[in-house]
Amino acid sequence: MSDRRSDRNGFEMRKDLFADERDDDLNEIGKRIRRQDIEGHVTGRSPFYDDHLFDGLLHIRCVRSPHHHARIRRIDTSEADRMEGVVRIVTGRDVPVNLNTLLSLLDFGLDDEPLLSEGKVAYRGEPVAAVIARTEAQARAATRTVRVDWEVLPHVLDVEEALKPGAPTVNETYPGNAFVYHGKYDHQKLRYGDVDRALAEADHVIEGRYQMSPIEQAPIETCGAIAAQEQNGRYVCYTGTQALFFSLGTASKLLELPSSRLHFIGGTVGGGFGGKVDSIHEPLAILGTMLTGQPCKSQWDREEEMQVGAPRGAERWYLTDGVMNDGRIVARKFTGYFDSGAYTRLTSYAVIKCAGHLPGPYTIPNVHADVYCVYTNRTPATAMRGFGITGVDFAIEAHMDKVAETVGLHPVELRILNAYRDGDMKAHRRLAKNCALVECCQVAAQKAGLRLSPDMLAASSKTGGGGPRAELPAHTATDQNGLVEGFSSGSYARKGGAPASPAIVATLPPGASAPASRPAAPAPEPKDPAPRPDAPRADTSPPARKPARSGAMRFSSLSGFRRR
Amino acid sequence: MTKIPVTLTHNGAERAAFADPGQNLLDFIRRGLGDLSPKYGCGQGSCGACTVTIDGETRLACLTLAETVEGCDVRTAAGLGQGATLDPLQQAFMDHFAAQCGYCTPGMLVSARALLDRNPNPTREEVVEAISGNLCRCTGYDPIIDAILSLAGRKASA
Amino acid sequence: MTRVETVATTAEAARILSDGAAYLGGGTMLMRAVNAGTAPPRLVRTADPVLRAVSARGDTVTVGAGVTMARILAEPQLDFLHPVARAVGSPQIRNMATVGGNLFAPHPYGDFAVALLALGARARMAGAGGTRPLDDLLRDRDRPGGLVEAVEIPRPPARAFRFHKVSRVKPRGVSVISIAVLAPSPGGKLAGVRVAYGAMGPTPLRAAAVERVLEGGRLDQAARERAVAVAAEGLDPPTDALASGWYRGEVAGVHLGRLLARMEEGR
Ligand SMILES: Cc1cc2nc3c(=O)[nH]c(=O)nc-3n(C[C@H](O)[C@H](O)[C@H](O)COP(=O)(O)OP(=O)(O)OC[C@H]3O[C@@H](n4cnc5c(N)ncnc54)[C@H](O)[C@@H]3O)c2cc1C
Ligand code: FES
Ligand code: FES
Repeated sequence: MSDRRSDRNGFEMRKDLFADERDDDLNEIGKRIRRQDIEGHVTGRSPFYDDHLFDGLLHIRCVRSPHHHARIRRIDTSEADRMEGVVRIVTGRDVPVNLNTLLSLLDFGLDDEPLLSEGKVAYRGEPVAAVIARTEAQARAATRTVRVDWEVLPHVLDVEEALKPGAPTVNETYPGNAFVYHGKYDHQKLRYGDVDRALAEADHVIEGRYQMSPIEQAPIETCGAIAAQEQNGRYVCYTGTQALFFSLGTASKLLELPSSRLHFIGGTVGGGFGGKVDSIHEPLAILGTMLTGQPCKSQWDREEEMQVGAPRGAERWYLTDGVMNDGRIVARKFTGYFDSGAYTRLTSYAVIKCAGHLPGPYTIPNVHADVYCVYTNRTPATAMRGFGITGVDFAIEAHMDKVAETVGLHPVELRILNAYRDGDMKAHRRLAKNCALVECCQVAAQKAGLRLSPDMLAASSKTGGGGPRAELPAHTATDQNGLVEGFSSGSYARKGGAPASPAIVATLPPGASAPASRPAAPAPEPKDPAPRPDAPRADTSPPARKPARSGAMRFSSLSGFRRR
Repeated sequence: MTKIPVTLTHNGAERAAFADPGQNLLDFIRRGLGDLSPKYGCGQGSCGACTVTIDGETRLACLTLAETVEGCDVRTAAGLGQGATLDPLQQAFMDHFAAQCGYCTPGMLVSARALLDRNPNPTREEVVEAISGNLCRCTGYDPIIDAILSLAGRKASA
Repeated sequence: MTRVETVATTAEAARILSDGAAYLGGGTMLMRAVNAGTAPPRLVRTADPVLRAVSARGDTVTVGAGVTMARILAEPQLDFLHPVARAVGSPQIRNMATVGGNLFAPHPYGDFAVALLALGARARMAGAGGTRPLDDLLRDRDRPGGLVEAVEIPRPPARAFRFHKVSRVKPRGVSVISIAVLAPSPGGKLAGVRVAYGAMGPTPLRAAAVERVLEGGRLDQAARERAVAVAAEGLDPPTDALASGWYRGEVAGVHLGRLLARMEEGR
């Protein structure tokens, strides 16, 4: 067909499909363009963060836990202090606000992670002190002489073990080892129709268990940042972050500096793939500069990138499908466990994203999911390309093959049969539009030399949907399983009614030297003293209960748990 | 700390600078000579982002002791091309979208240039072999291989 | 902090080594340790030309310990070692990695040493060290043992030597297992069989059981099956990120069998 363009890699533009739905009069899409930064790349002139040389640049390296889980009895830096080249040793006490959760900037979740841990560590490689020295080698040598008196605690590395009664508490903020959703439940629920009844009536009930290991993003440039003083009490920070303003906001919170005193320069990222949002190096490098008055670099070496750099988290899934003899899937039930590692980072959000994606691109009238964000004594997990979706998609598609085998259909036919059509109601209560799975299956079958039946060849995403398929289920079964006490839902950032993080105030006058120790923490504002288990969900909070930073609304609408 | 004077030819120019004991060539080129084109990706020989040539052979700067290049001819990606004129290889990388984040690119270019200088008409397999010490996490390698192959059969750069 | 001394001769270098310094060859392993701050504080190196010499006398080729893998590949008289040198690392690594350093490369490295072990090579030590069979050198290699100046390699009869490396990434992966077989058959019967493995133990090792069942017979299917059956006998292969010890034990026979079949067919 004339509208197909194919290159050596087999990539093909099928413009014959949905031709009437697309405007082909586009200036950029479909055309070869040169990326604007490529000349810098081929000449070696692109300014990565590590390419900002400062005279007198100091190097920061962390002292890390050799244990999965341990209490810190004492940190003795006396020998390290005397090592050649050592300028300063930083511990948690030097961090103005040493507790944070990344998504607090979007008012989602409770502060649960220190920059440098003081009381205990909950994963191997967790930093407890940072040595600032004149050379990297000196910083390395000095970290080896810091003596930490550990009291090793029992640890848990498996998501299901972590949820059992009596499991060690990994993360004190969530004593049950699970993130708390909507201030109420230890998991995210998806309820659509009545799965148990549909399973009872189905011709086949097909179960499966699937899991995925953590996956390291492994960018060739390791994570890091360089900070230096500017004039007027400002700090410049060159960083490899993928999320410049996110990192700026995080540094502002941890260091109690108004964002106007932070000048972040980034945008040239040596590969991120999701692994460069965690904003660890920026506050550390700036803190180093505040404490020493000299430019500082915090950078992971490759081993740290692999060991303590947050990966795509592991997932485990249990699926149960109810299927009729003709291959129609009438019920699908999920129990999913996301391994968040020791702290929340972005896994809480991955779960929300995931719940919005279930049951995959199929029209299934009864769907039920319990998805847990679980804390274990493993490296915290974070973002990576499609996180929240990738693992469960693997589970769903592997399960589809199993279903096809059970009912005697070709896997491609099973998918065409069950695929969303335009106008179908999805489990998260939106109508499907611009569907294309049927066509993808048809093209894939053709490429694979697979002969589809005439029915399957005639199928289209544009026909067969809507009508009764557009309707919400007559009855949706709900439950209160997994209810937890002591958390409130009005604002995510509250547990037991206390604000999780102190309000951000500019305590330092411009140019003032940095605090040598933790300043008196601003008293928590008793804005919302009582837990409010019955509070409406986020979007109707009165202004006084709004988080200090806006963004919660946008996030809610993004993740689709806002009330409609 | 005692400093070790090192004299070398760097991208065609006579240079001298001091190295620290135990300092690797990557750090020396970047901080001592101010040429930031070789990159740190691992410090373990695994990624190839620090690839340079020493007396015409590709080497890993991170695994080379700085003081051992005394009197050597060291070349990096910054030395490709002449003045404002890019090396045809750099141009081919631009034309083929052979760099995405660009972090592996300088090392990749050095390996590719060394291949073409030695073997101006490589096969696809020879190209793959020649860049097998350079990891790229972004491109999937195909655009890079295509860029290098687009020069196969052409005369080596001016 | 690391201090490096450069001396003129191997004899001087050997003397400094006996004082607890480490020898810096191509640096592909040692510089990793320097970068990580775990190298011995004192390193020694020498540009003594004896380390770079390659010569042949009778059926023995002598290769300086400082000869790189790339140099091996450039020497036509070392053609039997080309498949081995090509299997080491990447082009950059081969331009740096030396024969001497390969003898000391920890698991899963040491592919070249595996071949040398099967070939019955001897290490010539600098100074008054004399020569040592590689078997002994490898066994004691964790103890300070002086400077290897060269390796003396008996040239194998035509088609009597094979090397095979199994890796997950190609080109340039590290060994799941590497296998070298020397199987001369003067007069039709196998005599002087030597079989060595890499990545099957802490150092390259001989597969004594395999050698025993092959010795004195013919290289045919029956012999091959006997060899496969005892492929991992007496070995305790390590578990690492590439493969479990169990897996290595299971597949050793498969790969050994294929290698022997190719030898048998003269492929
Ligand atoms: C990315 C990467 C990939 C690699 N891939 C492979 C591979 O595929 N196969 C493989 O076999 N190896 C591999 N290696 C390991 C290593 O490169 C080789 O084993 C190499 O031959 C080591 O030699 P070198 O000269 O670099 O050793 P060096 O690092 O210089 O030395 C290694 C050790 O040997 C000692 N030593 C060196 N020379 C002598 C001598 N003459 N006498 C006594 N002691 C000596 C040193 O003191 C040191 O302890 C790889 C390494 C890297 C970094
Ligand atoms: S930095 Fe040298 S190989 Fe990676
Ligand atoms: S372009 Fe990003 S690593 Fe190659």
